[in-house]
Amino acid sequence: MAVTASDKPMVRFDGVQKSYDGETLVVKDLNLDIAEGEFVTMLGPSGSGKTTCLMMLAGFEPATHGEIFLNGTPINNVAPHKRGIGMVFQNYALFPHMTVSENLAFPLSVRGMSKAEQAEKVKRTLEMVELPQFGDRRPAQLSGGQQQRVAVARALVFEPDLILMDEPLGALDKQLREQMQYEIKHIHENLGVTVVYVTHDQSEALTMSDRIAVFEDGVIQQISTPDDLYEKPQNSFVAHFIGENNRLLGEVVETSDDGNCKVKIEGGHVVSAAAVNVSAVGERTMMSLRPERVEINPDEGSVPNVLEGTIKELIYLGDHIRTRLEVAGHDDFIVKLPNTYGHKSLEEGSTAMVGWHTEDCRALDVN
Amino acid sequence: MSDTTASPGQITASDGMSLKAKLAKATRRSKIKALLMVAPLGIFVLISFLVPIAMMLTRSVYDPVVSETFINAGPLLARWDGKGLPSEPVWEAFAKDLKIGKKNKTIGRAATRINFDLPGSRSVFTKTARKIKRVKTGPYKEAMLKIDKRWSNPELWMTIKRKLSPITAGFYLNAIDMKYTGTGEIVSQPDQRQIYIMLFKRTLWLSFLVTVFTIILGYPVSYLLATLPMRYSNLLMIMVLLPFWTSLLVRTTSWIALLQKQGVINDLAVWLHIISDENRLQMMFNSTGTLIAMTHILLPFMILPLYSVMKTIPPSYMRAARSLGADQFTAYIRVYLPQTLPGIGAGSILVFILAIGYYITPALVGGQDGQLISNIIAYHMQKSLNWGLAAALSSILLAGVLALYWLYNKLVGIDNMSLG
Ligand SMILES: Nc1ncnc2c1ncn2[C@@H]1O[C@H](COP(=O)(O)OP(=O)(O)O)[C@@H](O)[C@H]1O
Ligand SMILES: [Mg+2]
Repeated sequence: MAVTASDKPMVRFDGVQKSYDGETLVVKDLNLDIAEGEFVTMLGPSGSGKTTCLMMLAGFEPATHGEIFLNGTPINNVAPHKRGIGMVFQNYALFPHMTVSENLAFPLSVRGMSKAEQAEKVKRTLEMVELPQFGDRRPAQLSGGQQQRVAVARALVFEPDLILMDEPLGALDKQLREQMQYEIKHIHENLGVTVVYVTHDQSEALTMSDRIAVFEDGVIQQISTPDDLYEKPQNSFVAHFIGENNRLLGEVVETSDDGNCKVKIEGGHVVSAAAVNVSAVGERTMMSLRPERVEINPDEGSVPNVLEGTIKELIYLGDHIRTRLEVAGHDDFIVKLPNTYGHKSLEEGSTAMVGWHTEDCRALDVN
Repeated sequence: MSDTTASPGQITASDGMSLKAKLAKATRRSKIKALLMVAPLGIFVLISFLVPIAMMLTRSVYDPVVSETFINAGPLLARWDGKGLPSEPVWEAFAKDLKIGKKNKTIGRAATRINFDLPGSRSVFTKTARKIKRVKTGPYKEAMLKIDKRWSNPELWMTIKRKLSPITAGFYLNAIDMKYTGTGEIVSQPDQRQIYIMLFKRTLWLSFLVTVFTIILGYPVSYLLATLPMRYSNLLMIMVLLPFWTSLLVRTTSWIALLQKQGVINDLAVWLHIISDENRLQMMFNSTGTLIAMTHILLPFMILPLYSVMKTIPPSYMRAARSLGADQFTAYIRVYLPQTLPGIGAGSILVFILAIGYYITPALVGGQDGQLISNIIAYHMQKSLNWGLAAALSSILLAGVLALYWLYNKLVGIDNMSLG
């Protein structure tokens, strides 16, 4: 699957801005290329402008500034119904006065397709979402998960190249949500359609996407593959938003050419970190360190950075033991200790050494 | 209680009482409580609504005035074979009843009743009643014939005989422009006396027009109300509700001020040279006036149910339809409109039912050809005092409304009706 957008992207946001009230920008200078066949997720907290971006792409909201291209054509002045984009809405928006079949036939009949052809396509699409016997039901007679499938089927039935989904799984319970994540992913892979997916659930984004665009306050903070996003966050917002991380505040005291730097933290300790978002000596920095990358009582000399901490809390979680320590003035330093055979037995209140590799500790901006 | 101890095999609660009995006891208490709570309203509805309706229905078929007035002659006349004229004992009893009736002042009422069926016959009774007291001895037949020759008309006697029966279909016949002839046949009223069918038709037609106009005017307003941003829609809502807070009389009279021949609109049109001073439009005191004023007054009853339905339709439906390839118009017709049908149904039924019973507005602005059936009912209640006919007309109206309800329920289902 394409990881970076090719030369001819399917969708291109070019310097797009959006304001509803003429005072505040809800989307600020959005630049994003989406390649054909890609599964791109817009991830971000509620109110960060994800839905607005989707609405501009679908044609329901005009862009205040900038241009959106679909297959190389600017579409700012193309009416929504002429864009040929399939859309799955947050609350499905299944027409309550129509049966499931009629819902699915709707996009076909407005395109003037013959009745026989409609029936054939509806049948095939319902089979694809595994609801072949539900055609005569009304949406209200379906469970949440079934409605969700019908909504997906309706967006697919007229075979659009691009499908937009706005938090489509938000109303489902956890188990069903995970199942549907895989099903949507499979549909995407089987049909080869391009999907722009919106969610505020990071694990959903990590599971499904080829690329993830992290939104905050109308700005894309980072756009990367799921693993890069998790392991190489570019700023402290992303580091904080995706997964868990320990944060150490300090001041840069030395930079070096190999991309690392030395940071003095509270208590006068100096540790080394990957210089991601810092450039000059004297800058304040927030260092991000994933809990599973920290070792407790590492073997002498095996890791370059070692600090002493006090164990405050041990929580047994089955597959790992969550350990909270006080390290360098922070009493929320978390370490995930794998529950391996003969793991080191620790006691609350005792001291322990914590250590990590330099590249796992990323010196980011302070916000 | 004897059955509270459990028989074997029954599920028992911890104190040994059968679970069923316990449940019944618990629910009985809450049922009584609920009953007590609705009792005041129930009694009120019974007294102020059901009893009057029952009385009205009774009155439309039951009229004891004639039989009560001719209390002595009644039984004798009932045995009369209807051939020729009755025999002397009947005349004698009749004279006696006329004297009593004159003294009790009841004869006029009875005469009026008979006059409904045999127009012009009222004076026979009043005249005879006035003069009969001087006749002390029989034969009464001759004496009464001397007072008024019309007593020799067998049709008069037939009419009296029929009117003696307190149960009558006469009012209903009257209400549909039919009548009994003196000999008891059912025939149409003469042309110049046929008004009720025409009034019913006019009422239905005008109510239908009012309903259609309120839909046409109310639908876009409701749509705006449901979709505009809060601050605008609140303002609009106040404008819709304002008429509700104004007296009906004030609203109706302001229409008179606007629409009459010397009114604001005509003045304006003349001033703008759209029409000449001699050709001022007659927009008031005819059915146009009734139509305009009633449409205005009943508009909120269409807008509110429509609004409450539209409010529940999220904008995502229209968006979904557009994204699926429907243009604005198709999306409206196939997705939005069908979902507002319960609101249209509820509003239409409300407006239509209110319109067919409307009274004040047509009375004030309707003039001669803008009067509706309720105005004639009021006339019979207050002026002609033919309460039986008024009751028959009202009952037909009531039956019509119920039939409409039934039809609506059949087509749409009352559950689907949303009044907000
Ligand atoms: N139709 C609208 N009118 C005015 N403001 C809106 C509208 N839709 C969204 N907003 C505002 O724009 C911002 C972004 O909203 P949205 O795109 O829905 O965020 P997200 O989908 O990421 O939760 C929010 O502050 C929201 O209040
Ligand atoms: Mg949203």
